[in-house]
Amino acid sequence: MNFIEARKLVHEYIRRDEDDNVESILTALDEVDLDVRQGEFVAVLGHNGSGKSTLAKHLNVLLAPSGGTLWVDGKDAEDADNLWEIRQNTGMVFQNPDNQIIASVVEEDVAFGPENIGVPTSEIWKRVERSLKSVGMIQYREHSPNRLSGGQKQRVAIAGVMAMEPKCIVLDEPTAMLDPNGRTEVLDAVEELNRKKGVTVILITHYMEEVVRADRVYVMDNGKVVMQGTPRAVFSQVDTLKSYRLDVPQITLLAHELQKAGLKVPQGILTRQELVEALCQLY
Amino acid sequence: MSIILDKVNYVYSEKTAYEIHALRDINLKIEDGEFIGVIGHTGSGKSTLIQHLNGLIKASSGGIYYNGQDIYDSDYDKKELRGKVGLVFQYPEHQLFETTVFADVCFGPKNRGLSRKESELRAYTALRSVGLPEDYWYRSPFELSGGQKRRAAIAGVLAMDPEVLILDEPTAGLDPKGRDEILDQVAKLHKERHITVILVSHSMEDVAKYVKRLIVMNRGSVLYDGTPKEVFAHYQELEEVGLAAPQVTYLMHELRMRGIPANGTATTLEEAKQSILQAFSS
Amino acid sequence: MLRDITIGQYYPSNSIIHKLDPRTKLMLTLVYILSLFIFQNVAGFAVVTVGLVLIILLSKVPIGYMVKGLKAIVIILVITAVFNLFLTPGETLVVFWKLRITKEGLKNACFMTVRLIYLILGSSVLTLTTTPNQLTDGLEKSLKPLNKIRVPVHEIAMMMSIALRFIPILIEETDKIMKAQLARGADFESGNLVKKAKSMVPLLVPLFISAFRRANDLALAMEARCYHGGAGRTKMKPLKYKSADGVAYLVMAGYFAAVILVRRFF
Repeated sequence: MNFIEARKLVHEYIRRDEDDNVESILTALDEVDLDVRQGEFVAVLGHNGSGKSTLAKHLNVLLAPSGGTLWVDGKDAEDADNLWEIRQNTGMVFQNPDNQIIASVVEEDVAFGPENIGVPTSEIWKRVERSLKSVGMIQYREHSPNRLSGGQKQRVAIAGVMAMEPKCIVLDEPTAMLDPNGRTEVLDAVEELNRKKGVTVILITHYMEEVVRADRVYVMDNGKVVMQGTPRAVFSQVDTLKSYRLDVPQITLLAHELQKAGLKVPQGILTRQELVEALCQLY
Repeated sequence: MSIILDKVNYVYSEKTAYEIHALRDINLKIEDGEFIGVIGHTGSGKSTLIQHLNGLIKASSGGIYYNGQDIYDSDYDKKELRGKVGLVFQYPEHQLFETTVFADVCFGPKNRGLSRKESELRAYTALRSVGLPEDYWYRSPFELSGGQKRRAAIAGVLAMDPEVLILDEPTAGLDPKGRDEILDQVAKLHKERHITVILVSHSMEDVAKYVKRLIVMNRGSVLYDGTPKEVFAHYQELEEVGLAAPQVTYLMHELRMRGIPANGTATTLEEAKQSILQAFSS
Repeated sequence: MLRDITIGQYYPSNSIIHKLDPRTKLMLTLVYILSLFIFQNVAGFAVVTVGLVLIILLSKVPIGYMVKGLKAIVIILVITAVFNLFLTPGETLVVFWKLRITKEGLKNACFMTVRLIYLILGSSVLTLTTTPNQLTDGLEKSLKPLNKIRVPVHEIAMMMSIALRFIPILIEETDKIMKAQLARGADFESGNLVKKAKSMVPLLVPLFISAFRRANDLALAMEARCYHGGAGRTKMKPLKYKSADGVAYLVMAGYFAAVILVRRFF
């Protein structure tokens, strides 16, 4: 069984008026199928309002599905007995770095998760140290989060999740509020956790450049999964992506334009090096 | 019409342990009708700089002249200046407070002492020029989507009828389509209403595409000031201060190193495409 | 002005006082404050002074830094002194026009001023040597018995520590919104009281919305990290009494006994 298996997952936001009559129904997830294997790096791409954040919240059981089934790590997410185990096994990092740091000292914040799940004190210290090291923030352990940069705060948030020793982390637009340097910092940390520690990563984003690092990409639009595949396969369909209000990395777009102009550049170029090599071979 | 900054310095928390020299000897001349980009990493002083231009922050030393008038003169009307130099902060939708979008956009013109009719007229024009569809005008701003809220907030500043429009990262947090829509609207405003635009951005691709003059801030000083082409020619130096050139600029340099005669000064996708096609056809 | 208030600011150092358990320090402060209102004569004053000076020296916080904290209460001190000086009935010493200074008034004025100064200095030792987090931890544990009468002690402590974390963020946010509205021509200063109150709307509405959004985000983030109240929670830094705390309690008992004895026999 896959680590995450969603079948026809539906989520409806129902708005009611004062008399409890249904005023409107917004289908944020519309029969979504999602499969993620243990150790995979999966990106979920979609414009604002495509339903990708709603999907993320389901994986951590912060929302309950209106229909369909969701299994996380072999456990049915609808069974209330599995709630805490799933939350512990799929950690979650949110968009706004300020609004997810609870304590006034970095190391105490990282300890918050382990404290909640009743990890003994000596073990907490070990975990805090390990997770802060794994995101390169150990030298800030006694700092106040208020004086850190956005990228550093977000890495503290990741450490806070890692200290619960989850099998999977779900990152809901973790870089949307960061500058380019902060963005790279955070993504490098995430990629390292995936490659070195085998943590399953689900990255929700609308930045195309970030998706290139993933093993597989899901594209969402209007609550549905509309495309999926390797980044190369997805980015080779430039025009389809544009119809979903999305973009492709500038280099991919250039390759696509050159191709349209008659140059025999291969489909789905992702990086500068690839385009340089392709053009040199043609020249 | 112009804004002149003469040896502007600004020091935060002067004479305390937290003293930060945020701006050092800034000399700039901003002419009427320019489209300027300001780049620099977080903490380079760019936000401090733009808040000087409408008098929200007063320089520790040096002078600022708007249309030849010293804005630090005791009888200079600061409120008037804030109307003429419109500043759109980062995440401007966080300042919306009225019950309807329309009422919120009227806030600025009303503060300038305009009549109700005149204020509403301004609000109409402003909401039109940001391209917010009319069905949203009389809704609560909090019912709008992220991109729509952002436009409503920009309209709130435009309704002051500014001569200069400064936008601090107007596309932060928006998706690609939302980003393009906002920037295209701004470019259109610049073209049609001849407003001077100053765009603070983290995206090299965006500034390369839209602006005609690029100012690079680093550690409180102006590092480079020129056309995007001139500035991005220094791509190696930019990297040393934590910035970068657009991806295509790097590509062109790498192609040249491999013996393909690509144009090394290309900064936009269109230029790169033309130059590569030319290299291949000759 | 705000910068002058040293109460509530932490002064990092590794003195003996810093290392004491926050519960011990809370108790010490309580006993010390009690003693301030027990002493009534010069001998008692001497005992209290010795106690205070000893604690300040042990805490390694510079005296100048602590005295700066008194600036904020100078006005209160003067008012207290003046009231006591002129309004205490008793044996007349001097008469200025209609104002009479009595022997008792002089004594009361001196003692009240000293009491207030000592109160501020003493309690600032507590906040200067204890981080806000230790303080809330200490309060949580000291007040734990109240749990039995259904006081949600853990929740109160958690709220306090979250408030401490978000106060600086909200202050920064206020500044940002204020600037954004100033840029739209808002005026927060001129006009009468009603107009001023009305001008706060564009500041307060966005601030409240932002605070609610943050609270909502934070609740979600806490839930995602398995927070479910105080039950079954462990601590990274559990409070544990050490031998130094025992010594501190002994010294405290001695000090308190001395204060009471001096009051009775001198």
